[in-house]
Amino acid sequence: MAEVLFFLAAIGVVGGAIGVVVLRNPFYTVLALVVHLLSLAALFLTLRAEFIAAAQVVVYAGAVMVLYVFVVAYVGGGEAATGSGQASELRVLAVLFAGALFVCLCIATLGSGLQALGTEGAEVGAGYGTPQQIGDLLLGRFLLPFELASYLLLLAAVGAVVLASRRRGVGEGAEPVISVAQLLRPRGTGTMAEAVSGLPAAQATGDRDEREARERGDQGKERDDDADDDRPRVDHGASDRGGS
Amino acid sequence: MAIEWYLALSALIFVIGAGGVLTRRNPLVILLCVELMLNAGNLALVAFNRMHGGGDGQIFALMVMVVAACEVVIGLGIIVALYRRHLPIDVDEMRELQG
Repeated sequence: MAEVLFFLAAIGVVGGAIGVVVLRNPFYTVLALVVHLLSLAALFLTLRAEFIAAAQVVVYAGAVMVLYVFVVAYVGGGEAATGSGQASELRVLAVLFAGALFVCLCIATLGSGLQALGTEGAEVGAGYGTPQQIGDLLLGRFLLPFELASYLLLLAAVGAVVLASRRRGVGEGAEPVISVAQLLRPRGTGTMAEAVSGLPAAQATGDRDEREARERGDQGKERDDDADDDRPRVDHGASDRGGS
Repeated sequence: MAIEWYLALSALIFVIGAGGVLTRRNPLVILLCVELMLNAGNLALVAFNRMHGGGDGQIFALMVMVVAACEVVIGLGIIVALYRRHLPIDVDEMRELQG
């Protein structure tokens, strides 16, 4: 029974992995990885790692894969076929390298001479791999790595927000300053501050477009076909001087 | 099943992932192949953990999952940033990441 389960799960795992590498459409690639992850969770179950299997299904096949699907739907687009001869040569080389790596790994793991490799593993009690055991270890012996992992997750979340925000990274252009008086006062009241700094409505919408256009102008040599680049550069300078 | 079967399977998955990283050009698919390699490492960790008893390998596998999630988030953020700048989503075209 255990053998049948192992080989069924192994077929799913290897099939999913090959699907990830071979399939052209990125969406199907993600779905193949989901198959791979679910089969891997079954393998973890046969190794009596119940909590890891549950975490694999919930975290990986649930949360991370949903993230992938969203990004694939956002970015979209398949991969252009590689027609040049150099790419196919590289592909042959990559397959050769992968085969050599497989032989090396098999020699390293199976030829290590460990006596217990041929057995089914150590004798373990009924509570092995349960959330209780994992929780005891995480909050006892491995408390420091646990806390460090939470900091790492926080850093990754902040980094992703910074990377994917519309302002395109840190330190580009000045931040718009919002003062308390600006919030309290309705726009276009005709105060002296507005006369000095220009209309707040123009500041709120026009400023951002100008800044983006200026940024694109700086890297205009990379992307000249952008629509916003068609604006004359003189206008930016004139409006800047008029605004200040 | 003997532990060595799990190790051989883990080596096979790792090799498939490495081949994918070398051959594919879409950064999304490359991230997925890196996931494959990390999963192969997880499988080896859990198998060795089963061999020795104890729970340390499972904690290690959990940590690998946390780090993999962070890597995915940052990688996908970079891909979204590339898309926003209308740059080609192709690792052969992306030779420099400054600016």
